[in-house]
Amino acid sequence: MILTVNHVTTYQYDAPMRSAVQSLRLFPSRFDGQRIIRWDVSVEGGIRGGSFKDGAGDKIEAWSVRGPVAEVTITATGQVETTDLAGVLRGHREHVPPLSYLCETPATWVDDALETLANEAILGAEDDLERAHRLARAVSSAIAYKPGVTHAHTTAAEALALGEGVCQDHAHALIAAARTVGLPARYVSGYLFARDDGEPHEAAHAWAEVHVPTIGWIGFDPANECCPDERYIRLGSGADARDAAPIKGIALGLGEESLDVAVALEATQQ
Amino acid sequence: MTNYFNEMYDAGKVREPYARLEGWTKDMPAELRQMKQAEAEALFRRIGITFAVYGEGGDPDRLIPFDMFPRVFTQLEWRRLERGIKQRARALNAFLLDVYGRGEIVRAGKIPAKLVYQNEAFERAVTGFTPPRGIYSHIVGIDLVRTGPDDFYVLEDNCRTPSGVSYMLENREIMMRMFPQIFRENRIEPVDGYADALRRTLASVAPAKCDREPTIAILTPGHFNSAYYEHSFLADLMGVELVEGADLFVEGGFVWMRTTEGPKKLDVIYRRIDDAFLDPLCFRPDSMLGVPGLMDVYRSGGVSICSAPGAGVADDKAVYTFVPEMVRFYLGEEPILQNVPTWQCAKADECKYVLENLGDLVVKEVHGSGGYGMLVGPKSTKEQIETFRAKITEDPDNYIAQPTLALSTTPTFVEEGIAPRHVDLRPYCLVGEKIELVPGGLTRVALTEGSLVVNSSQGGGVKDTWVLAE
Repeated sequence: MILTVNHVTTYQYDAPMRSAVQSLRLFPSRFDGQRIIRWDVSVEGGIRGGSFKDGAGDKIEAWSVRGPVAEVTITATGQVETTDLAGVLRGHREHVPPLSYLCETPATWVDDALETLANEAILGAEDDLERAHRLARAVSSAIAYKPGVTHAHTTAAEALALGEGVCQDHAHALIAAARTVGLPARYVSGYLFARDDGEPHEAAHAWAEVHVPTIGWIGFDPANECCPDERYIRLGSGADARDAAPIKGIALGLGEESLDVAVALEATQQ
Repeated sequence: MTNYFNEMYDAGKVREPYARLEGWTKDMPAELRQMKQAEAEALFRRIGITFAVYGEGGDPDRLIPFDMFPRVFTQLEWRRLERGIKQRARALNAFLLDVYGRGEIVRAGKIPAKLVYQNEAFERAVTGFTPPRGIYSHIVGIDLVRTGPDDFYVLEDNCRTPSGVSYMLENREIMMRMFPQIFRENRIEPVDGYADALRRTLASVAPAKCDREPTIAILTPGHFNSAYYEHSFLADLMGVELVEGADLFVEGGFVWMRTTEGPKKLDVIYRRIDDAFLDPLCFRPDSMLGVPGLMDVYRSGGVSICSAPGAGVADDKAVYTFVPEMVRFYLGEEPILQNVPTWQCAKADECKYVLENLGDLVVKEVHGSGGYGMLVGPKSTKEQIETFRAKITEDPDNYIAQPTLALSTTPTFVEEGIAPRHVDLRPYCLVGEKIELVPGGLTRVALTEGSLVVNSSQGGGVKDTWVLAE
């Protein structure tokens, strides 16, 4: 599938800021399931900084904007050819030891309920791959998709207690559940081409990857009860949503920030 | 009664390093000594070298007590120590380069993967990035204790930002000012080359992109930090800027320092703040001490950070056990300096031994420092021991234990005259284009009779440390 992306993020400040700095993880991953046809990232009025590949294989580019600045607009646009690999992250170059993802973060803190959920889910499972699938299913059924009940700082344990949440909560819960049974897991941010009905859909998306020693990293999307296929574009990963955020930024000054995100995804027939 | 090695007197005879000091103290009348001690204190106070102790309250500007009786090594003793220290510094750096790269030592099964990769100090953000010359820890402070003429043990390694070197320099300065005569009578190796050596070391790890004389700065958390004096002292001696996070900004792939003449590009940052506070975009988002975007500049090769972020995984107290193994694995040599035998409470059988022998052991927190959160079994009350028993049982992974070492003593001026007190030693090894060690270090002394805790935060004092020239 060929997917065309137009992703515009705008930060507005009610008072001009002294300066802004961004660290962007806004580039589609290079692996067997994705081929980048064209891709461009820019920050309006910004100065491009250093760019590099981090240990997890993500391309990161730094930008800065000189003040006074009242608005920062970040645009990522391009075309990616995707292939369904049943979630397997094949051919992805990275250096991070999977074990390092077994460390807890505040968002993926494990409480008794998560531990019980995980342990019950894997009862009788034959191998790690089956364990991972079962954990993803358990998270899907324990947390119903419902926007607006959780927020950016909701933890996995809180979402499970609520029984409702969005993709970020599903991913955090799966990461926490996997870790508690000894499977390294991480947060993935990207895009999802939901439906081709001409209507706009929320296309910014997140899921989790679980590391199975015999195979490698495998994506699971508990929010949609599937593994990522050709409708998904993978941008980057991290220990949790904050760590894997496509845009990390900071603006210095006293203004209040408001955020507007627009992601348009289109499929081009081959 | 334990027999402690006295560095000055061996079976009633004066040992070689102290031969010329015996007369010096014998001839010194008590009044002169008191006068000199007061003078020393006034000098320390005037230059402003004070040490604020975390969490103890009281006078935040209190002085670390200075003892005028120097601690002395012969050239021969020092050379062996020097070889051992440099060897250890090389091995620790090789370990860091390895675990943030291919992880050969883990693959070879020489150290448990969990201990390295699930360590709090392991920074995933710098895996796959190689700092200039592959060096992570540019200033390695190795804490040593002595139990016999040739027996030195490493208590712990400090690979991040070991402090205290300003005391090494100031102690010498003050001794020379007060007792010029004994510096004429003894041929003592100088330590004042440290600042130049540190500057050379930092300059030698400037990024490849830097095509001129590198600009260096010391990044301090500010004057509230207990080691602020040292930060400004070293900046002065090296002739480099002392900056706080707010003085710096990133743009175009470089770090810039705000100056009265406009922004100046910075090539090497000698940071004296912890990893967690370096960059709110990469680490703690609430950090006000760091520089937003700094880690991106670092990882794209625009600036060098000393010590490298992530260096702390090498000086963790649980990783410490494996340093002799690192020496063998990376250097193919036998370790010159010994480790103190260490029991890991994380291992059930070792934990059992520790709990059964708490009264004889020293128990430390794996991530603790500065003598806090520590139990010295033989010097503790039943109650203190029981408190630790509960803590260890609750969270065994967080504790290690070591035998109570018979720390050597050196003569020390006390109320009643001169008496032996226990000491340790922290030399500062510089790792850059070359590995350098100035002949000396910081000797800390436990001023309380019988005490084995030398930490300045626990009432320890400091001494000038001499290495005799041949």
